[in-house]
Amino acid sequence: MADFEPKILAFLCNWCAYAGADLAGVSRLQYPPNVRAIRVMCSSSVSFENMLKGFQMGTDGIFVGG
Amino acid sequence: MVAKGSWSRFDTSSNNPVWEGMEVETASEEVVEHRKMIVELLLAKCVNNQFVRELATQFGIEAPMLETRDDDCILCGLCVRICDRIGPRAIDFSGRGTQMEVATPFDTFSEACVACGACDFICPTGHIKLAEITDKEIRPIPSEYDEGLRGRKPIYVPYAQAVPNIPAIDRTKCAHFLTGDCKICADFCPTDAIDHTQVDEEVEIEVGAIVLATGCQVFDPGNRDIYSYNKSPNVVTSLEFERILAATGPYSGHLVRPSDEKEPEKIAWIQCVGSRDVHPGTKPYCSAVCCTYAIKEAIVAKEHSKDSLDTAIFYIDIRTQGKDFERYYNRAKEAGVRFIKSRISSIAQVDDSGNQLIRYTDETGRRIEEEFDMVVLSVGLEPAPDAQEFAERLGIELDDHNFSKTSSFTPVSTSKPGIYACGVLQGPKDIPYSVMQASAAASAASSELAAVRGTLVQEKSYPQEQDVSAERPQVGVFVCNCGVNVGGVARVPEVVEYAKSLPNVVHAEENLFTCSQDAQDSMRETIAERKLNRVVVAACSPRTHEPLFQETMKAAGLNKYLFEMANIRNQDSWVHQDDPDAATEKAKDLVRMAVAKASLLEPLEEQQVPITPVALVVGGGLAGMRAALSIAESGYEVHLVEKADRLGGQANHIYWTWKGEDVQPFRMSLEQEVLQHPLITVHLGAEVTYMSGFVGNFHSTLTSVGMSQEAIPIDHGVVVVATGGEPYRAKEYLYGEHPRVLMWHELDDLVFRKEPIITEGRSSVFIQCVGSRNEERPYCSRICCTHSLLTAVKMKEVNPHMDIYILYRDIRAYGLREELYTKARSNGIMFIPYSLEDPPKVSALEDGLLQIEVINQVLRRKIIIQPDFINLATAIVPARNEEIARHLKVPLNEDGFFSEAHVKLRPVDFATEGIFVCGVAHYPKDIEESLAQAMAAAARAVSLMAKKIWVSSGLVSHIDSATCVGCQGCLNTCPYGAIDYLEEQHICQVNIALCKGCGSCAAACTSGSARLAGFARQQINAQIVASMRGI
Repeated sequence: MADFEPKILAFLCNWCAYAGADLAGVSRLQYPPNVRAIRVMCSSSVSFENMLKGFQMGTDGIFVGG
Repeated sequence: MVAKGSWSRFDTSSNNPVWEGMEVETASEEVVEHRKMIVELLLAKCVNNQFVRELATQFGIEAPMLETRDDDCILCGLCVRICDRIGPRAIDFSGRGTQMEVATPFDTFSEACVACGACDFICPTGHIKLAEITDKEIRPIPSEYDEGLRGRKPIYVPYAQAVPNIPAIDRTKCAHFLTGDCKICADFCPTDAIDHTQVDEEVEIEVGAIVLATGCQVFDPGNRDIYSYNKSPNVVTSLEFERILAATGPYSGHLVRPSDEKEPEKIAWIQCVGSRDVHPGTKPYCSAVCCTYAIKEAIVAKEHSKDSLDTAIFYIDIRTQGKDFERYYNRAKEAGVRFIKSRISSIAQVDDSGNQLIRYTDETGRRIEEEFDMVVLSVGLEPAPDAQEFAERLGIELDDHNFSKTSSFTPVSTSKPGIYACGVLQGPKDIPYSVMQASAAASAASSELAAVRGTLVQEKSYPQEQDVSAERPQVGVFVCNCGVNVGGVARVPEVVEYAKSLPNVVHAEENLFTCSQDAQDSMRETIAERKLNRVVVAACSPRTHEPLFQETMKAAGLNKYLFEMANIRNQDSWVHQDDPDAATEKAKDLVRMAVAKASLLEPLEEQQVPITPVALVVGGGLAGMRAALSIAESGYEVHLVEKADRLGGQANHIYWTWKGEDVQPFRMSLEQEVLQHPLITVHLGAEVTYMSGFVGNFHSTLTSVGMSQEAIPIDHGVVVVATGGEPYRAKEYLYGEHPRVLMWHELDDLVFRKEPIITEGRSSVFIQCVGSRNEERPYCSRICCTHSLLTAVKMKEVNPHMDIYILYRDIRAYGLREELYTKARSNGIMFIPYSLEDPPKVSALEDGLLQIEVINQVLRRKIIIQPDFINLATAIVPARNEEIARHLKVPLNEDGFFSEAHVKLRPVDFATEGIFVCGVAHYPKDIEESLAQAMAAAARAVSLMAKKIWVSSGLVSHIDSATCVGCQGCLNTCPYGAIDYLEEQHICQVNIALCKGCGSCAAACTSGSARLAGFARQQINAQIVASMRGI
């Protein structure tokens, strides 16, 4: 497990969390490259089906930011 | 690199012209051996230099065979060359052979040196020290944005949010403008964007009105030595502290103090620094914003701090008079922020610890000392130093403090017609009121220019949109290098090659800057040539650049929603700078996800709804009348509805503004203007009893309050809510039981009529905060302190012998109103502080007299007064707004005032488009502020109606009527009330005009009937599937 690299899926709200991720870039904050972000218009639009789909496709964790 | 040509010796390749058949060897055994020998020679010369030793280690040299010297300079000459390039030529090689060194002429400090530091920066061994070359002051250029807490370069982007967000050259610091040489930046700029020959241009523009919003500066605490601001780095201004707290600030949001970057355990805030002060250079007025910002900083500092941070705010009065600010103050107290009512006598550094000792006198007169790790000075606001010169140039009058002079009745009009002022230029104020004033100034300017509205507009035209619905997806992928921002980390050519391999992709290319004009032009051509019907741009963030690329889509005849972005800069190359492999892989993944979604994108329609150019203004007080008149002056029809049988509202009972202006003549002239304006229909004695529709298309019913119950239907495009408020009718302090316990208008009438009780009375008492700032109404009513001060001063003027007592908790004479407080004190009006826990006790004596007992918080003694009368400054409560809120589907806050869309940035808008709020309906405020907000609401309403057509976003939800089962799950989830249940068909339907495109309905829908266009479940799922293929 020492070299375990999790695959993380992130649903980011366009108005806050996605903007925050953009700002992290502007601020050059470095973080591990294991996350793939999907922009949504509101965190409330992320459905159970979306999350189950993520797990079905093999993601190790889901982050919903909103 | 080493070239081996026809010569037998080694030479640096960069020094030789290229010829056909030239061979360049960089790592042959011979070359490496030769290099090793040079390194060994360097090591012998600089045996103790870290850089040379590391180099030697790389070549496997342990110790030089030759005799060693302890030098630092390897005579590489980089410093000499860079100095030559920059221009001053302050240093050069001197001496020969083994005596050769880099030096200034005659080994003295150079006169020519511009202290740019390039030599020091470029020297690989650390030999060059700028301080040995020049005796000029060597310090970083203080970053204006970071308040000097860190340096910036002569070429810089002023701040992250700058518009335009491109670097500027500081001519006073740039080496080129100092020496005439350098221009190194131009060598590096990949787009040749740097032009050193540009000069300032004078541009003449003809305008019909001018709005001044030039702002202010903050007080320089270096002017008052008691604060030790210039003596210790750990005494900072509040603006500097903002930067310390900011994630983009000098310490990346890590709360540390400047002297040693240690996390402070105790921080003190000193209020009224440069404000409410009489010392030279300070200002007598209150800056109106510092109390709340200090509370904010204390709360945020506590949140930033890992351990429990001790915060203390040293204040005179806490002035949290803004909407919901009192709640914030209470929250701070609960969070453990200490509030110390005091006067500071000095701040001094303690030994070498960097700590500060604050000496102060508390409210009981005790002298106390306390040590803090760090001190924040809540510096006040003051006009710009050139305010006077600026005003003279424009021909506008200033007040005694150099703020632009305006009347309470025309709050944004300067003394010169056609010139308007807003923001702190006009007096200290916070963001919400500055934004209101800004819109008010726009309203005033727009009323004046109503006749020529739209005459300079040029409409942009687009080619006919192609119908691509029947075509299979043809995706074009444009990958941006963003100069070196992306390309310097991720391998862009590899990403482009990968993109070509993806399904549906028919074209992929890389651009240096995809957003540049030429790249956009070429993208448009490529769309046509390659018959693209979907476009993916892999670059920065859609939040900043999507609209730009969508414009290109429209110009190419494609629906703008057939566009998708992959964020490979902000969320990839910038955050994985040290891992090019991972960044490249992530870029490929993000492109694959974007292509997967793009392949499923459909053209979306933006609905166009005509806007009914009619406004409905609810409430006929000063705010309602002003809003109605401003809208009418801009050329739009207005219906003004007032519940009472006359216009004017509370203003019918107000005699003076705090500046001393007469209200009644103004009210009457405003009323006349409203009644006589041909575009305004006034409905007196009427109420709104029904409202439906949406922005641009509202349908309301007005019903007469009286016997007739006549119903009038009105179609209108916008609504302005100005339902006002009223004083709370006190239940405490014998109000209503004793004839000499008065409130608000009752006393004002007596003062206005100069009744004997005023002219001959011996004593009177004002009790502040009656029904305000308590558990039932935890808000400050904002206007009561000023009103009591004004009335007391008026009374003292007509009857100097009367003893007037004001019983208060904090005197909130914010902004320039402080003048009244100063005047009241100098006129001998007595101020007695009391606490919420120990309120005054009022009793009726047998002979009809009143007695009041209060514990003076300063003297800690009970005081008994037998006044002729008592006036209660009772809370301002909102009108009964529940019904109108229900009709309009807009929210009220806990106190019953309307909740605006955004407290700071949209202070007159509701989240629901087309509905605006102003006056006391929003929060208690005085006449000047109500009028400004009314004009602001008018400006917002007019700017919407001026568009004539309201265009919906394409990104809205739709509910499939064929599959909807009418469960109404979506209806309950929708935060905007955009979903209607059609009972007969037993289905739900989205009102596109109200939908904000959040998609919660789609997530809640159990039958899959609700679908957010552009972010539909299938499209998101395609992204999810694509996301997990790579990592």
